[in-house]
Amino acid sequence: MSPVYKLSANSVRNGRTIYGSMLAGNTAFVFPSFESIATVTVGSGGATDIEFTSIPGTYVHLQLRGFLRTTSGDQLRLTFNNSTNNYRSHYLEGTGGGVLAGSESDPRINIYAALPSAASTFSGTITDILDYANTNKTKVVRALSGWDGNGSGYVDLDSGLWNDTTAITSIKFAPSAGNFAQYSHFALYGIKAAS
Amino acid sequence: MTATYDCIATTTLSSAAASVTFSSISGSYTDLVVVIQATWTTSSNDMYIYMQLNSDTGSNYSTTILSGNGSSALSTRFSDRTNMNMDYSATIVYNQPTQRNINIMNYSNTTTYKTAIWRSNRAGSGTDAMVGLWRSTAAITTILFDLESGDFASGSTFSLYGIKAE
Repeated sequence: MSPVYKLSANSVRNGRTIYGSMLAGNTAFVFPSFESIATVTVGSGGATDIEFTSIPGTYVHLQLRGFLRTTSGDQLRLTFNNSTNNYRSHYLEGTGGGVLAGSESDPRINIYAALPSAASTFSGTITDILDYANTNKTKVVRALSGWDGNGSGYVDLDSGLWNDTTAITSIKFAPSAGNFAQYSHFALYGIKAAS
Repeated sequence: MTATYDCIATTTLSSAAASVTFSSISGSYTDLVVVIQATWTTSSNDMYIYMQLNSDTGSNYSTTILSGNGSSALSTRFSDRTNMNMDYSATIVYNQPTQRNINIMNYSNTTTYKTAIWRSNRAGSGTDAMVGLWRSTAAITTILFDLESGDFASGSTFSLYGIKAE
């Protein structure tokens, strides 16, 4: 490769700098692979549901990171593209005293242990939606969720299926009962593959 | 779209150490993620890793645990502790790296208690899913990891990442 010359204001006095790379001494730009798409923080009036719409298909996976509380209820319910069909979910739950497992079907995916109601106590809920824009695959969800209330609480591993090959462009979150409480925080991220 | 998932700090132990601390953590992110791959210096027995926040030694920590040890699953909890247990079956040992991915949610808000949720794994012993509560509304600026006793072995790595919501 031909050498690369870098000129600056001092080049007249000090001469040009020669590099063997087109980076000319600069750090290579790396395209970010984890991007914030949208965020919702629930206000003082609470919220019956939270919906992310017009999700671009430019990522490989989505991740929802939630810091959540509700006025009642326990489960976080997901639906895609306003569909109420073809869902299935399973959970493995630690109650602090025992282990439970179960499954659910339509009309949504359930994520357990995502919604405490105790004052000042919020869950950590991390939900991955894999290959969400791929029109050749049905859609798979996995989640790690839980909350602790110092003597109470649950922690869960959840899996979900939307048996549909449509690209996901909207996601609605709703509590199994009551409203999302103030300060509940939903952050949707997109994860890219190497370009 | 905003790029976010920054490495804030990484510590690779060049010699055995009783604890590792991340301090002066900026409040400019939404969540923190700590990735730990660690071993213990002692060849017998195993040990818990603990996490303590903002040097708070009060009985303000609690955890709920889902754990599998290769033959059975269990759930238990620790309440009113002076630190947070970071493992149950996937404890730290001498010659098998253990791995933890710890998510500390909304760590810099000053309105709510703080919740962390994580997975701990050690192939030779088991796997854990755990959630922890720190009953404080203070923004988290310091995170300390230490052990029930003994030292983290040389080569153990601790990486702190920040995730920023748009």
